[in-house]
Amino acid sequence: MTMIKKSASEMADALANGETTSVALTQAHLDRIAEVDKDVHAFLYVDTEGALAQAALADKKRAAGEKLSPLAGIPLALKDVMVQKGIPTTCGSKMLEGWRPPYDSTVVSKLRAADVVILGKTNMDEFAMGSSTENSAYGPTHNPWDLSRIPGGSGGGSSASLAAFEAPLAIGTDTGGSIRQPAAVTGTVGVKPTYGGVSRYGLVAFSSSLDQAGPCGRTVLDTALLHETIAGHDPKDSTSINAPVPAIVAAAKNGNVKGLKIGVIKELQGEGYQTGVLNRFNESLELLAGLGAEIVEVSCSYFEYALAAYYLIAPSECSSNLARFDAMRYGIRVGDASGVSAEEVMNLTREVGFGREVKRRIILGTYALSSGYYDAYYGSAQKVRTLIKQDFDNAFTKVDVLVSPTAPTTAFKIGEKADDPIAMYLNDIATIPVNMAGICGMSLPSGLADEDNLPAGFQIMAPAMKDDRLYNVGAALETALLSKWGAPILSHVSGLGARA
Amino acid sequence: MSLKYEDVIEKYEPVLGLEVHVELGTASKMFCGCNTIFGAEPNTQTCPVCLGLPGALPVVNEKAIEYTIMIGLALNCSIAPFSRFARKNYFYPDMPKNFQTSQYDEPICVNGFLDVEIDTDEGIKKFRVEIERVHMEEDTGKSLHMGGATGRIHGADYSLLDYNRAGIPLVEIVTKIVPGTGKYAPEVARAYVAELRDILRSLNVSDVKMEQGSLRCDANVSLRLIGSDVLGTRSETKNVNSLRSVERAVRGEMIRHAELLNKGERVVQETRHFQEDTGLTRSGRSKEQAEDYRYFPEPDLVPIVPDAIWIETLRAALPEKPSTHRKRLQEAWAVPDKEMASMINADVLEIVEETVNLGADPTKARGWWLGEIARIANEKEVAATDLPITPKDVAEIVALVATGALTDKLARQVIEAVIAGEGRPSEVIEKRGIKVVSDDGALMVAIEKAISAQPDVAEKVRGGNVPAAGALIGAVMKETKGQADAAKVRELLLKHLGQ
Ligand SMILES: [Zn+2]
Repeated sequence: MTMIKKSASEMADALANGETTSVALTQAHLDRIAEVDKDVHAFLYVDTEGALAQAALADKKRAAGEKLSPLAGIPLALKDVMVQKGIPTTCGSKMLEGWRPPYDSTVVSKLRAADVVILGKTNMDEFAMGSSTENSAYGPTHNPWDLSRIPGGSGGGSSASLAAFEAPLAIGTDTGGSIRQPAAVTGTVGVKPTYGGVSRYGLVAFSSSLDQAGPCGRTVLDTALLHETIAGHDPKDSTSINAPVPAIVAAAKNGNVKGLKIGVIKELQGEGYQTGVLNRFNESLELLAGLGAEIVEVSCSYFEYALAAYYLIAPSECSSNLARFDAMRYGIRVGDASGVSAEEVMNLTREVGFGREVKRRIILGTYALSSGYYDAYYGSAQKVRTLIKQDFDNAFTKVDVLVSPTAPTTAFKIGEKADDPIAMYLNDIATIPVNMAGICGMSLPSGLADEDNLPAGFQIMAPAMKDDRLYNVGAALETALLSKWGAPILSHVSGLGARA
Repeated sequence: MSLKYEDVIEKYEPVLGLEVHVELGTASKMFCGCNTIFGAEPNTQTCPVCLGLPGALPVVNEKAIEYTIMIGLALNCSIAPFSRFARKNYFYPDMPKNFQTSQYDEPICVNGFLDVEIDTDEGIKKFRVEIERVHMEEDTGKSLHMGGATGRIHGADYSLLDYNRAGIPLVEIVTKIVPGTGKYAPEVARAYVAELRDILRSLNVSDVKMEQGSLRCDANVSLRLIGSDVLGTRSETKNVNSLRSVERAVRGEMIRHAELLNKGERVVQETRHFQEDTGLTRSGRSKEQAEDYRYFPEPDLVPIVPDAIWIETLRAALPEKPSTHRKRLQEAWAVPDKEMASMINADVLEIVEETVNLGADPTKARGWWLGEIARIANEKEVAATDLPITPKDVAEIVALVATGALTDKLARQVIEAVIAGEGRPSEVIEKRGIKVVSDDGALMVAIEKAISAQPDVAEKVRGGNVPAAGALIGAVMKETKGQADAAKVRELLLKHLGQ
């Protein structure tokens, strides 16, 4: 097995043992990117020089005997919605073509402090709006399991980079499922932390009250190591939670569900869910029960309205958050000529700079916030949000964690749902409630669906600031599944053919 | 021929509404750590947050909240136990995020009042101005539209943007409608802004410089027929940059509205811009179609929930109210109401107080600031307090007059010279060689000369017509170039002529 197929924690061991160096490891990943990314298109920008310099620095610190973080010298792929000083950040939009941010996001600062090597920026649906990465202005990302299929979205670049072994770790952001749904359809692991658990400073906002940056990996432990690296209170983010980070890595190493109560959400299964996805979900439940967990069914009756409410709140906030893209200070500028007013330049730039889905949501949000409509739309959606939160609160009085399939289906074909926004939005039906309530959720692979041999995702949800529970349950299930399969699910990745 | 003010108030009752924006004097901006120094090089006091760069997030300046609560308390407001910021969405190039972070339906201070007094022919009159709300927001940047005919964004060749001001903490103080001021509306408006300014100054929360824009007033005016309870359409006059302008703007708008109404035309609901040179307003943005700002709670900030103990600590630490302070001064200085009102009206009370604190007699200090200095200020069309003469200068002059080293007349010369930039009083006296001629011998020479020049007048005085001596004293003063003490001359002259 080559180094790049290892997990991040195995790579960390290899670095610690002197089996390899960060420079060698980084170069191996850069070579892999050069080899496969023309097919996968996970990356929008590869920072070869910067990555090798960070790797050299990590090696130097290690040689000097400095105390290093567990992920020191490990490469990582960064979703292009997260700003990194001096490195192009486009958010998958034409609007920000050529923009190099003058500052680091808090997540990037924490990664730097931990000597994590940032390989480059990954593709995404424009401004994180979408579930397939088809809405990127720079072309879609292809699913390494089948290049004709989507890798999920909006963080399809990050999930695909993991599944294609272009990076062992990635950063995603999750507003309605953009970490978990891509993880589900690529056979990888992704966690949406508790809202406020990871700083949003430097995360280009789509919907401020829902956005949350989080870790992506190929194993539960890798994801936990990355989660602990980026989590914690940030005085630069007023919504950041000022409390200790839960013992995430310890939980991922524990993996004991004996006596734990696991609630299956009645409303998140059945109609609209692919049979193979449900089969893998039910098998996973049996495995957990076999490990001593108590499985009960719970009802969250307001989840029915979650999607509708989400598509009022998220567009409302986006209509305001994206107002700043006006050609005045950064990004592209269209129509700037003598006699053309600043207002006309703004209009022309926004016309050209934004893609269809972004425009659709800006218009939707502008309408929902208009006076006379505010109460009926934005106001009602906020009430639904409170009710969803109450549903979760009630459920968590009965159980320790809740579970569901992550996405209703496996990866669909590129172009299949491009003209049907509602069908596209339904991909996030099981992930959206978590964002609406500000709690945490994980997706991990539950196996391959019978119909298409493509990965299905298993979602675990826990109360706010109980992120450690996700890792405990996730680790238990992962271990049980691995012994059932005999090899990690990603050993079956077929889309890259002989190259994998 | 415009309508006379008397005719306006005979028929109509004005209804006022005043919105005052105050730039807080915090060291850093409302939501970031940038400096707030006035007049810095463009775009040198900016960062990702106040430039609205993608990904940047706001963090509330605690000091700004403290200052706002202090203002609310000084204006007798209730402090909301829970308040929030909201986003006011509209596009403008000098607004980095294209939304302003402000407070909307959940302001931090509500329901206060401010009592103001004005000096009228019928004596001192008191008015209560009710405060609706005091809320926080961030200032915008500044645009400069170059080329084109109007200086506005439309038709400009290009625009320059300076974001130094973007994000400076602003407090907006909004009154409820102020009815019942009748003909005194312009004076009440002015007195309100003046009183508010004095309160803000005493709280030390802003430098309250109207001319630099750190205190800005928007005056809403409408008229209704006397006896009617239906409110008229209001106009909102912006850009009112001095106390005098507040009064002029309100009076001007009352006349303009009345002229329209008398002609059977309607007043357009709009923003108007005050023109300092003419005292008139010009039409700005129409507000007939209410702009939709799509307000919603700011999701990047958490609600403000001030600790009750903190509020009480701030309340206990409030300084003496300017009105109480004035009453105390008035008693200590034994100043009549009218004189007190003149000082307030001329805006010299504070500078007189400083002069007195430097040892000057209150009556004398007041006399100079309201007299000679005010006269020169008037001539130059500036405020007395803006002239290059300090309380220390005036205190020195008062002292010199008290010891007889200067006469009142010489003191006036010294004041003029100080204002003309010839130096401090001692330097002026030295350079110009000003001194009081008190040498009896020298004065007697001049007296003899005056008597021989006007023997008939001297004869009248000898005959008991003492008032006639004025002509002779005048001649002596002229001879001594004003450097003689007139009282001394009079004494010597009368004695010499046997009186
Ligand atoms: Zn700043």
